[in-house]
Amino acid sequence: MCRLAAITSKDYISSIEPVLALETMKEGHDGSGLGLTLKNLGGEFEKLKKYPILSGICSKEGKKTLDDFMKKHGFKLRHEWTPKIKPIKGIVARDYYFARAYDYPASYAGKSMQEKEELLMNTRLAIRKIGEPDESIFAFSFYPDVITLKEVGDPLEVAEFFGLDKDGLKAKIVFAQGRQNTNYAIHLYACHPFFIQGYCSMTNGENTAFVPIREFLMSRGFPGYIGYNSDSEVFTHILHYTVRQLKFPLTYYKDVITPLKAAEIEQRKDKEALKLIKQSLRPLCIDGPNMVIGFIPDGTCFMVQDSKKLRPGVVGGIKGRYALMSEECGVDRAVPKRDRSKDIFPMKYDMVIVSPDAQEVKVWNQLQG
Amino acid sequence: MEPASGIRLDHNHQLSLKEFPYIIRWRDDRCKRCGKCTAVCPVKAIEPTVRVQRIVKSEGPVPTPTAVRSITHVVEQVKDMERCCTGCGSCTLVCPNEAIEPEFNPQHKFLHYKNKGGEGYKRGGRRNDPSISTLDRLKFARISMLTDPALDAGRHEFRVRSYIGRILPPEELPLKSVNGKLIVDKESIFIPPVREIFPIMIGSMSVGALSPPMWEGLAMGVAYLNEVEGMPVVMCSGEGGMPPRLLRSKYLKYFIIQIASGYFGWDEIIHAIPHMVEDPAAIEIKYGQGAKPGDGGLLMAQKVLKLIAKIRGVPQFVDLASPPTHQTKYSIEEAVAKMIQSMSMAWGFRVPVYPKISGTRTARAVLNNLARNPYAAALSIDGEDGGTGAAYNVSMDKMGHPIVSNLRECYLDLVKQGKQNELPLIAAGGIGKKGNLAANAAALIMLGASAVAIGKYIMQAAADCFGDEYNRCNLCNTGKCPRGITTQDPKLYRRLDSDKVAERVVEVFKAADVELKKIFAPMGRSTELPIGMSDGLSIDDQAIAERLGISYAC
Repeated sequence: MCRLAAITSKDYISSIEPVLALETMKEGHDGSGLGLTLKNLGGEFEKLKKYPILSGICSKEGKKTLDDFMKKHGFKLRHEWTPKIKPIKGIVARDYYFARAYDYPASYAGKSMQEKEELLMNTRLAIRKIGEPDESIFAFSFYPDVITLKEVGDPLEVAEFFGLDKDGLKAKIVFAQGRQNTNYAIHLYACHPFFIQGYCSMTNGENTAFVPIREFLMSRGFPGYIGYNSDSEVFTHILHYTVRQLKFPLTYYKDVITPLKAAEIEQRKDKEALKLIKQSLRPLCIDGPNMVIGFIPDGTCFMVQDSKKLRPGVVGGIKGRYALMSEECGVDRAVPKRDRSKDIFPMKYDMVIVSPDAQEVKVWNQLQG
Repeated sequence: MEPASGIRLDHNHQLSLKEFPYIIRWRDDRCKRCGKCTAVCPVKAIEPTVRVQRIVKSEGPVPTPTAVRSITHVVEQVKDMERCCTGCGSCTLVCPNEAIEPEFNPQHKFLHYKNKGGEGYKRGGRRNDPSISTLDRLKFARISMLTDPALDAGRHEFRVRSYIGRILPPEELPLKSVNGKLIVDKESIFIPPVREIFPIMIGSMSVGALSPPMWEGLAMGVAYLNEVEGMPVVMCSGEGGMPPRLLRSKYLKYFIIQIASGYFGWDEIIHAIPHMVEDPAAIEIKYGQGAKPGDGGLLMAQKVLKLIAKIRGVPQFVDLASPPTHQTKYSIEEAVAKMIQSMSMAWGFRVPVYPKISGTRTARAVLNNLARNPYAAALSIDGEDGGTGAAYNVSMDKMGHPIVSNLRECYLDLVKQGKQNELPLIAAGGIGKKGNLAANAAALIMLGASAVAIGKYIMQAAADCFGDEYNRCNLCNTGKCPRGITTQDPKLYRRLDSDKVAERVVEVFKAADVELKKIFAPMGRSTELPIGMSDGLSIDDQAIAERLGISYAC
């Protein structure tokens, strides 16, 4: 089972922090990979918040292909960050890891954010498609104020490999996943967290309802719903579909993935809507065992469980700094000085929501709505 | 030389027993000549007769063998193919001394002769193919285990429920967000009726095809399952109307009323609409039947007795043949769209209306027509292994399409269009053929069915129907069902106790519910039915695996 560590803070934190929390949960992952997503960037990216950042890896040939592609499509490179690689035994370094901030093409100057989001996603997908056959380019995210890093190996070693312990790469929200490879082959695109148009999530556990969910998402006619090298990628896409595409408030994500029973729905004020949602979104119902940690574009972070709470999860912290982890020891590492009695262990009906800048934590109960 | 008179010297002109599908094994030494077997035989395949026998006897203290001739009463199998033994075994059941039983003869030439008078062989039952169907070869091979724990069928909560009814696509839901809550804007769009049901339903078998105690037993069982067990099992009326009191009762909601090309019983139904206190579960428009594609319904004259004639609104003792097609409709647009509209309108658009077709290579054409019709509530596809009360043998044995690939291609077609959750598919035809009701149902669900319908299985399991795929019994069309299931003769149907049938229906569904959970639990599914979860299935045949898009395991 994968281990998950997320920290949301009002101040910029080092990207190594959740990785150190992951280290305390080491017996829970097998070192088959680390995924990191950073949102609300500080450091050298603090003044580049408007510019979309392309995160990925490429080979020497891939770099040339990428440069040509971006130039051809009117993206101007504004800033580039590359990790200072420290050789680590067992981690095979690829040619070029990068996070590049670009200027939008001139034709997009006056366009809406929605149109820009479509452009960024389609560009990322096109790059992915070009680089996928020979693995010359991996593109993980292309979005303003977000960086994604992924590599195979022990999480702490991968973090050291990237030099994150010394680098000034900082962000207010950092999600980290230590992979426990189970059903599927080790593949970079299978590594959480997954990100699409401002929505991000990571999950532990197997997704037994993967195939019908994947088929449903892929048949929505939305070009971004592809990939699925991991059965957990669908959780991110369900989040995106529910909140961005269908425009449901965030709490309905819980109602989509773990719908209430008929008698329970009757207790809710919005029962009419819930009945329709339960029918129409039936293929998106998950069956666990899963715990999902995610964020949405405004910086709200959340944690939800499957309908039987078959996976652990805990949220703890202080105002201005909260940790959302799969185990308590991770929270201890991330926020040691806190009142542990106020830690929240969400149960099957709960959705823990941490507001932007980690100002407030709320537990939304699905039964009471 | 043969004598000119035409008198034959031997019996060479007769069929030998080797030509018959079942040979009666009668034991002279055990028979006490009570005559029960010959009386009970529904086809008069055996008869009492006398035979002159030469017996060597020896009496007294010293062996003194003496040949005597005696006249003995025997039970003899008739060598007339019109009265051939069907292997039902009623004789064995009534025999007090285990002196008689039919034995299947695999070398028989039954079909070579069963066309007397130029009339093709008609019968009831299902396709006479005892081989293992594709459906029964499907296995559930994806088991959640050490990587992630499986669920516990006995401890965890399960929701084994499905829907019939047109389900709106999420993008079209009339919802708006007010203060973080979604509310329904009912005025903006038609919200089609949807029923929550147990995913196994009792398929269409009419009052008329079934005897009064059989139909009543099924109906009572279904009502009990709903009212007492809380299991929303529904049952289809078949074509032939429904008992008038039931139409006006609160239990109507557990019944799907079928309309077919003969419209039998619909005069009564239409007149009952103003008096209905509940809406029916759904309306099924029958366009085809898996057992006999291209044929309409058929109720033989001998089954059209007073009660049936009254419910159907016809005279007694006439053959009731429904036309193969709906005679007033000339195109798929008319047949489907207009009938769905008319039926929906009759109940104020509060009742799901869906068509049933026989399995066919053209099923996808019908499906796509329905996919574009916002009032179509489902599509029921009845595969070639479905049963019937009466049909030509050739239709049953040689016409039709297996349900598995037909259902799968329809589901995948819906997936391509993104409508896999909008138009539920109901699969039927051969479910439980080998007794594996839950496994067959679960396999079809994982291939894309929202629900399955059973007919023959419930007759066998709840009322001990003799029929099997070796053409055993299959007398449903004659009105002489030895079990009292498909007859209107009170002397026969009094053998069937409707309470017992109802009890068995309840047992069957409760057991199926448990077994479904035993299948879903190790696969990690409990909250929703695993519709289309094809990664759970495997088969030991590469070609079938490829055709169905599932894994090959051996």
